[in-house]
Amino acid sequence: MKEPNDVILRSVTKVAVLIILTFAINLFFSGHHNPGGGFIGGLAFASALTLLFLCYDIETVRENIPVDFKAVTAVGVLISVFTGIGGIIFDRPFLTQAFDYFQLPLFGKTELATAVLFDIGVAMAVIGTAITIISSISEDR
Amino acid sequence: MSVLHIMVLIPFAFALLVPFLYKMFTPRIHTGWFVLLVPLTIFLYLLRYVPVISQGRTIQIHVPWMPSFGINYSTYIDGLSLIFGLLISGIGALVILYSIYYLSKHREALHNFYVYILLFMGAMLGVVFSDNVMVLYVFWELTSISSFLLIAYWYQRERSRYGAQKSMLITIFGGLAMLAGLIMLSMITDTYSIREMISQIELIHSHAFFLPAMFLILIGAFTKSAQFPFSIWLPDAMEAPTPISAYLHSATMVKAGIYLVARFTPVFGGTAEWFWLVSAAGIITLLYGSINAVKQTDLKALLAFSTISQLGLIMSLFGLGSAALYFGAGDDSSMYAVATLAAIFHLINHSTFKGSLFMVVGIIDHETGTRDIRRLGGLINLMPISFTLTLIGSFSMAGLPPFNGFLSKEMFFTAVLNASNMSVFNMESLGILVPVIAWIASVFTFIYCMILVFKTFFGKYKPDKLDKIAHEPPIGMLISPAVLASLVILIFFFPNVLSDYLLKPAVAAVLPSLAQGSLIDIKISAWHGFNAELFMTIGVVLLGSVLYVTLKKWKGIYRYYPETLTLNHFYNNFLEGGEGVSRSLTNRYMTGYIRDYLIYIFGFLIIMVGGSLLSLNAIAYNPANDAPITLYEWALIIAMVIVALTIVLSRSRLTAIIALGGLGYLVSMLFVVFRAPDLALTQLVVETVTTALFLLCFYHLPKYFKGNGRVPFKPLNLVISVGVGAVVALFALSADGNRLFEPIAGYYENSYELAGARNIVNAILVDFRGIDTMLEIFVLCIAALGVYLLIKFEMKGRE
Repeated sequence: MKEPNDVILRSVTKVAVLIILTFAINLFFSGHHNPGGGFIGGLAFASALTLLFLCYDIETVRENIPVDFKAVTAVGVLISVFTGIGGIIFDRPFLTQAFDYFQLPLFGKTELATAVLFDIGVAMAVIGTAITIISSISEDR
Repeated sequence: MSVLHIMVLIPFAFALLVPFLYKMFTPRIHTGWFVLLVPLTIFLYLLRYVPVISQGRTIQIHVPWMPSFGINYSTYIDGLSLIFGLLISGIGALVILYSIYYLSKHREALHNFYVYILLFMGAMLGVVFSDNVMVLYVFWELTSISSFLLIAYWYQRERSRYGAQKSMLITIFGGLAMLAGLIMLSMITDTYSIREMISQIELIHSHAFFLPAMFLILIGAFTKSAQFPFSIWLPDAMEAPTPISAYLHSATMVKAGIYLVARFTPVFGGTAEWFWLVSAAGIITLLYGSINAVKQTDLKALLAFSTISQLGLIMSLFGLGSAALYFGAGDDSSMYAVATLAAIFHLINHSTFKGSLFMVVGIIDHETGTRDIRRLGGLINLMPISFTLTLIGSFSMAGLPPFNGFLSKEMFFTAVLNASNMSVFNMESLGILVPVIAWIASVFTFIYCMILVFKTFFGKYKPDKLDKIAHEPPIGMLISPAVLASLVILIFFFPNVLSDYLLKPAVAAVLPSLAQGSLIDIKISAWHGFNAELFMTIGVVLLGSVLYVTLKKWKGIYRYYPETLTLNHFYNNFLEGGEGVSRSLTNRYMTGYIRDYLIYIFGFLIIMVGGSLLSLNAIAYNPANDAPITLYEWALIIAMVIVALTIVLSRSRLTAIIALGGLGYLVSMLFVVFRAPDLALTQLVVETVTTALFLLCFYHLPKYFKGNGRVPFKPLNLVISVGVGAVVALFALSADGNRLFEPIAGYYENSYELAGARNIVNAILVDFRGIDTMLEIFVLCIAALGVYLLIKFEMKGRE
């Protein structure tokens, strides 16, 4: 991007990105019982990165977050497919999800669900897609 | 799932491993050695069935796949499928062994080669062992696709790509025709199982779809088996590496059509139409192939035309043999059953001698650098082993003793002579043509067999015309053709071993009504005394020799046949013409303007959705259950209208984009009012991200309007926009107004018990309808890669 004086934007971004990322992760995990989930969590995560792209130039962001988001997309899709195959191994239809309650140290009685794994795949696919598209378009000068 | 099912799937599973094996062991170990294990295992496994099948038993194993659609992965073994299975795996093993020496492990992309060949092997096994026609069809098309890939293996060559495309177009066309025919059959019989179809023959024969179904299935068979006039793809398929030509294009894949004809003979056989279509196509192909083979100068092209001709021979025998079904059980029918026996016998013989011939031609090509008979000659002293193998193969093909081709050729003559005496299907008047054409074709067959042997190995050695110094190949390359050549001789001396174990069960499979209870009793023997068949063979040898010696004098007549009347000429013209027409048609509507495309899309939407709303009488408005509209909602809607108008009327793109984002925010506010926090949150973030994206994209575009001119009024756009709005609104209201089913919302309310989640929306997304979500992220992934590639490639192009 060009070089306007955007000190305020940058300072705010530094703080805001952290807040958005935390919120995104919170959204992701609260999805099971409260509003949120993989899709929205992933999108919120991607929007934080988009903010970074907007106020810093793309090379800076890329140096600091050296992740290939195309791979993130692919891995996300694979994760959700493989959690689906998990059902087949236990002789259930494809994509059958399971959940149960466990007594964990520190957390107490906790519900663990395979749906969360599937959701991680969804979130990764969403993040990867959004960032891949945005970064390739903004790269195209 | 039985072991047999697994055997069909093994090649596919192993194909997944091949790239890794290639990466790990190249160049230390040739990948082919690993792949060789697959056909060997399958061959040994299938041998186990021989004693069972030879007692006249058949085995059917049923595995439900999509039972609600009647599509099951059922396998069926009888004599016919067992012979094919053994050919596919046995010749497959030999071909892979041969390819290890033929393809250099240093230069060739072996992983591609072996993946394709394994795909083919699995598909071909699937074709012959499937009882379900839909499964058979899928495997059938897979053989076409793997054949396409293998022909284009050396894709850098233009001829390879041309040949691959040709074979693909023709065989897939035939495959689709066959699919239509199979669907018709299943409509008549209400089953996809071939076994069950055969049990309803009377119903099929009396149905109006009988002829169309037969015709369409035969198109599938004829295109695959290169029958006239679909034969033109086979000579061009010779651009494939020679192991492939030996395997797919002579021994197995081109016989899939013959398999199909044999498999459906119990369904269609015994009728005049089937008899004539199959026999005539076969006889014409036999003559066409043999006459064309004589004029070829490329050894592989010669073998290609000879394959076409031999396939025609086998096809015609199946046609003639189908007459036995007309007569039912009895002496008459077993007379015609000789034809079917000869067909299956020749099918095996052809695979042995033609496979070995192809391999030897590959050796000649490999060791001299050319396959052109004008440059070859005098190789007998330099390549004596190859010469012996060629001699065995071609003399067998010519129908001379002591090779297996002699036996099946004699039986062929018996069959055509029997057929000419037939008194049904109008054979009284036309019957005499059959032996005459068969005899003429045999003379030409004899001539090209002699060309193959004598032009290559005798005459003068011309080292100056060859790229390499001719010499014998490594011993490994000779093993496979030698095995096949020894089979050629062994079968001649012990034909009845083969006949008892394999041929008779196969005949029983093709002509089931004949074999009620017992197998037919025909002994194959080389010597029948001085009968008509023997004199026909002697005549073939005499006339053939004379014509071969005087070949130079009369070969000129081939040049009188005009180029413009050849099938290839028609094909090329059709292809070029088709391309031209479709290009001009496409150019007419693919304008490159996105607004035109939007008009198509929205126009289609209006016509389809609006049209079906009207035609189904579905427009309904029922406000009885609607809640009253509150003040907040009014305010939001009015704001949305204002923002929408801003988008349309604004003079700058930036304003429009920001207003669009604002509209999205307002919609998410509406969701909040409706207590849908998930939707509202998602909408908010989506709007934020897409607005940012739009800004990025539009930042670089020029200002809205170059001049200050007004936007011209376009009535079509007005119609489209109003139409879309009206149709979508009507659709939404009607969806609400028509309550055809009980709402399923109640089910989802149990999400905590069923999925352990209190958030119903999320439970639906990840659990209840997880497959939707999974496919959605697939779409996302594809879209991301699409955008990435579009931009990357465009940037590369700019540089």
